[in-house]
Amino acid sequence: MEVQNGLAEQGYVADDRLAMALHLARALGRPLLLEGPAGVGKTEVAKAMAAWSETQLIRLQCYEGLDASHAIYEWNYQRQLLAIRASEADGGVGEAQLFSDEYLLKRPLLEAISQDTSPVLLIDEIDRADEEFEAYLLEILSEYQITIPELGTIKARSRPVVILTANGTRDLSDALRRRCLYSFLDYPSRETELAILRARMPEVEGLLARQIVGVVQALRSEDLEKTPGIAEMLDWAAALSGLGVNDLAQSREAVQATLVCLLKTAADYDAAPPEVMDRLIGKVA
Amino acid sequence: MQVTRFPARAAGLADRMAGFIAHLRMNGMRVGPAETGDALAALAATEATDAAQARQALCVLLAGDAEDWRRFDELFDAYWFNAGKQRQGTAQSSHVRVQSAKPMIWQGLNQDTDNSQTGSDQAATIPDPGDGEGEGTDGRLMATQTANLSRRDLRELMDEQSLKQAEQAALALARAMRDRRSRRRKQALRGPALDMRRIQRASLARGGEPLDLYRRSRPPRPMRIVALCDVSGSMTVYARVFLAFLKGLIGSGAEADAYLFHTRLMRVTDALRDHDTLRAAGRLSLMAEGFGGGTDISGSLDRFLNGYGARALNGRTIVLILSDGYCSSDPEALGAVLARIQRKARRVVWLNPLKGWQNYEPIAAAMQAALPHLDAHLPANTLDALAALEPEFRKL
Repeated sequence: MEVQNGLAEQGYVADDRLAMALHLARALGRPLLLEGPAGVGKTEVAKAMAAWSETQLIRLQCYEGLDASHAIYEWNYQRQLLAIRASEADGGVGEAQLFSDEYLLKRPLLEAISQDTSPVLLIDEIDRADEEFEAYLLEILSEYQITIPELGTIKARSRPVVILTANGTRDLSDALRRRCLYSFLDYPSRETELAILRARMPEVEGLLARQIVGVVQALRSEDLEKTPGIAEMLDWAAALSGLGVNDLAQSREAVQATLVCLLKTAADYDAAPPEVMDRLIGKVA
Repeated sequence: MQVTRFPARAAGLADRMAGFIAHLRMNGMRVGPAETGDALAALAATEATDAAQARQALCVLLAGDAEDWRRFDELFDAYWFNAGKQRQGTAQSSHVRVQSAKPMIWQGLNQDTDNSQTGSDQAATIPDPGDGEGEGTDGRLMATQTANLSRRDLRELMDEQSLKQAEQAALALARAMRDRRSRRRKQALRGPALDMRRIQRASLARGGEPLDLYRRSRPPRPMRIVALCDVSGSMTVYARVFLAFLKGLIGSGAEADAYLFHTRLMRVTDALRDHDTLRAAGRLSLMAEGFGGGTDISGSLDRFLNGYGARALNGRTIVLILSDGYCSSDPEALGAVLARIQRKARRVVWLNPLKGWQNYEPIAAAMQAALPHLDAHLPANTLDALAALEPEFRKL
């Protein structure tokens, strides 16, 4: 499929369903909600999409307490006051002038719908934002328009490709889910992960790549608090190839030293002592 | 899963698509007429003659969450390829089955849908650990028409009087926990404090005159309650009290979630939310069927944490574990899983019926292992004891 090949050029390996989801998001003009564990490439999809379609990537990182003035627009009061002061001498500025585009601070959402070519809008970790904000998004995501009382309704000049990501911090409302296409990204299979590693780091040799992917896949089935994702796997591969490792079985010390890339909590460290790593490496070697 | 056959009169694609949407809806997915149109549009945007592409497109469009996502293939095959599992006519099993599906509204008794693989009924003698994919998901109950009178029926146990008492106790508890306010003040329409920062900010637009007054108040931050109730053999005598208590807790209007466990875990929030008290009791007694065996506390808690943990637990959650602590599993595992729960939840409280006894010492190995990870270990053997917990909960 077109999307799949396009993303592959950008070094992103998308499976069939994800490619279909992206294709439909573009064809139907619907936002796409991506869910899945951390580190499976949800955010990366948006970046690859933007790079492939050679448009701007506009990113809105959600957090608790995010409100309209941070996400949509705000008037630049300081500039408005300055303009009034500066023009007091020569008769003052008109009100219409004060509330014009010039004094409008565009935040990501407004920015996204006022582009000439359709950009990729990434609303990252939507589940971190409050429920009220989610409700506010509904209008923008279904109508692609924003109402500013002083200016009127701004309609999108071009429909952005909207990608929302969620981690399951809280359950999203049904209303939002209904408006979105949905795709669940899970940890990749061994072959897919190998393809990802090849695409991202062609310099990693075949044997090492297979070992890295094998160990990471085995680690995922261990009982860890923070399961290593693709990002961690790539970090680890970069670290190992940076150290000049060719074969994991030959360089146990380097493996132990670079585990910082994979394991992110103290308990996980305890769960993967050298003996366990040796066992895992022995299995894939 | 229900099997839908193409109606003979189904004329074109639109008609069949409407049938498919209805088929999905019947299987618990939230889709409606609007989705029928969307689905046709989606097919138009793809190579719909390719079954794989059509499947992907519809899945992306119609699935709403991870569970729908996983079930979709099966539902798709069932409708478009008539590959669904057949129901077995009127099987005479009087058993409960726990299935990996959303808790649907209680299937009408005559609508005995059946999800078991084959026509043979031996798999149904007890809740079969073989189809235990349901562990991480919501439990759905299946029962048949024939009533088995020898079955232990919680309807008799949950008489009006004790039910009321339990609800009172649970209400008081829920109230003690619900009335919490945030320490931070947030913008509000009405509130005791003026929001000086916002007023000043708004005054800029008015040339420095504070014309618009904004206010702040402390928003409510109600505690959520997650109750996990042990219904194994050793707890049978308390089942009555605790189930009534859970029912009260769920019905109290507070955000609450309830689970039962013995060697398996199942979510009973929806069963308890049933307004018809008797029917709720009926559903529960069906669930209790097959209970009363051994206990695997750490295993059940582990499944809870892995299956529901992310959704059910947050920094404002109180976890109630109602159990006597006699379990067959490894005490160390129990300690470890409790430690993990404690990290995710605000408080972990163990309500132990044995603790109400005189001279009780928590010497069972499991309780020994659990104690360091509990915020409180409180007695709960009667309704009165439960009611007396209220002041304790205020402190939590």
